[in-house]
Amino acid sequence: MMLIPGRSSKQGTSLNKGKLKEEYLEVTSTLEMNKDDMEKIGLVDGDKVRLSNEIGETIVSCIGKKPEDLSEGVLFIPYGPPSSQLMASDTAGSGMPLSKHMMVDVEKIKN
Amino acid sequence: MPEEANSRKTEEQNKNIKIVEDATCTFCGCVCDDMELHVDVDEKRIIKAKNACVLGRAWFAEHTIEDAPAALIDGKEVSVEEAVEEAAQTLVKAKFPITYGLSDTTSEAQKQAVAITDYIKGNIDTTTSVCHGPSGLAFQGVGESTSTLGEVKNRADLVIYWGGNPAESHPRHFGRYAVTPKGMFTPNGKKDRTVVLVDVRKTKSAGVADILIRPKPGKDFEVLWALRALVKGVSISTDIEKETGVPLEVLTDLVERMKNCRFGVLFFGMGLTMTRGRHFNSGALLALATDLNEYTHFVAKPVRGHGNVTGADNVVSWQTGYPFGVNFSRGYPRFNPGEFTTVDTLSNGDADAAMIIASDPGSNFPKKAIEHLKNIPVVVLDTKSTDTTKLAHVAFKTATYGINTGGTVYRMDDVSIPLRPAFESPFPDDESILKAIKKRVHELILKNNHSGGASGEAKVAAAVNPL
Repeated sequence: MMLIPGRSSKQGTSLNKGKLKEEYLEVTSTLEMNKDDMEKIGLVDGDKVRLSNEIGETIVSCIGKKPEDLSEGVLFIPYGPPSSQLMASDTAGSGMPLSKHMMVDVEKIKN
Repeated sequence: MPEEANSRKTEEQNKNIKIVEDATCTFCGCVCDDMELHVDVDEKRIIKAKNACVLGRAWFAEHTIEDAPAALIDGKEVSVEEAVEEAAQTLVKAKFPITYGLSDTTSEAQKQAVAITDYIKGNIDTTTSVCHGPSGLAFQGVGESTSTLGEVKNRADLVIYWGGNPAESHPRHFGRYAVTPKGMFTPNGKKDRTVVLVDVRKTKSAGVADILIRPKPGKDFEVLWALRALVKGVSISTDIEKETGVPLEVLTDLVERMKNCRFGVLFFGMGLTMTRGRHFNSGALLALATDLNEYTHFVAKPVRGHGNVTGADNVVSWQTGYPFGVNFSRGYPRFNPGEFTTVDTLSNGDADAAMIIASDPGSNFPKKAIEHLKNIPVVVLDTKSTDTTKLAHVAFKTATYGINTGGTVYRMDDVSIPLRPAFESPFPDDESILKAIKKRVHELILKNNHSGGASGEAKVAAAVNPL
């Protein structure tokens, strides 16, 4: 699936409180996912998932978004330390890593 | 008046309150300079920021005076002077020192950072390289049909946002500059404008859009190139929908609107620069704006993130000739994104010391770059504790620009704006620390160059006259 990290209001307000504070860490560890995709994997809101690719892996919790808001196969997460774990360092001569275009595997973590 | 509001008012009346009018919010690139700040002078905090958006309110409310040391070396409290000495020694000893960040500090501090990097023959780069750096490359290749946000407010009747979500990243962009404000030739505000949002997600910004276009992820370039073709009268197959997710009739309709508006603007965000295609995406959009000037007046503006990232571009450009990714190792500036940009200097293992100013690569950079940062001595200047300050060899706690210090910042449309501070901080500001580091770096370099007896020392004393 394609992971798109980006700014969210909550991420923006919580970083002002402090990037080492619990609120920021929680916001940047919450993944938005198409509800239909969640159902296919057997996920409900609040479940933990492991996101992984050839770069690394991270564990986040997920919440569902309506399919008309977030397309099938697309994931969104407020950017921060968890999304950095999955970012490739190759910039293809541009200086810019593919920060919003990360292909990842999603795996449910059994409770 | 509700009870809660009443009690707030009473609370405010009992305090020693100072009002700062026309203050500037430096949280995002909108740099709104119409803040009315209510400052609790005794407690040194801002209790109200009138006109601020949700992000601005958090920015002003949360930047209080922390009970923390002004300087640390390897986590141990030291004086600022000791930290300056260690920072200067660290930078001068390094063979490939890098300076990075600079988007959340004043242009006066940015200037000092460039001078230090020049002295140490280091490498300077700003957060632009992981923001609109690709757009910076595209500007050089394609050019930029540009305007101020004031022109947009007064003239634009077609506003297109591409690859961004200003409702959450720049909440006042709509209300202050581009969608709802009433302008000279847009007297009815939003009613005089058509707003188009192009994004792979349906975000909170969709609420203001008259037209929402959702390409498939990673297909922005194809959509932009198809629009260019249609503007030039080249026919496009209906297969474009299969490729991009956008029906041909939607593209045709948009082209007609673009060609027939009086003043069009394309605002573009990280959805173009951080995805496959990078500078080609930005270049395609800039070329589209240029093409449209055959028919009407059309401009393109990157929507910039941090409060003074635009200032960083300006200062580094007027001091070195290049906007970011600049290397001084040969004694003169060289520009080479992909080599002298910070993700690359760290990931490739080139940098052997770093000075990070008002930025947090320790949190936001690729894993490999962060790992290298952990293995080299790092000097950090920041207002708050971050993953980067945690790994610092030398860490300075600094005053917050725009809240504790004056100076200059540049809005995303390259308009310079003065800061009006609200209250003093016990911590030094970035510019003061950088000036002190610069002075000491210069002394050390001269000393190294003239080492060799009493006459050398005398030469040093005579020559200490930093930039």
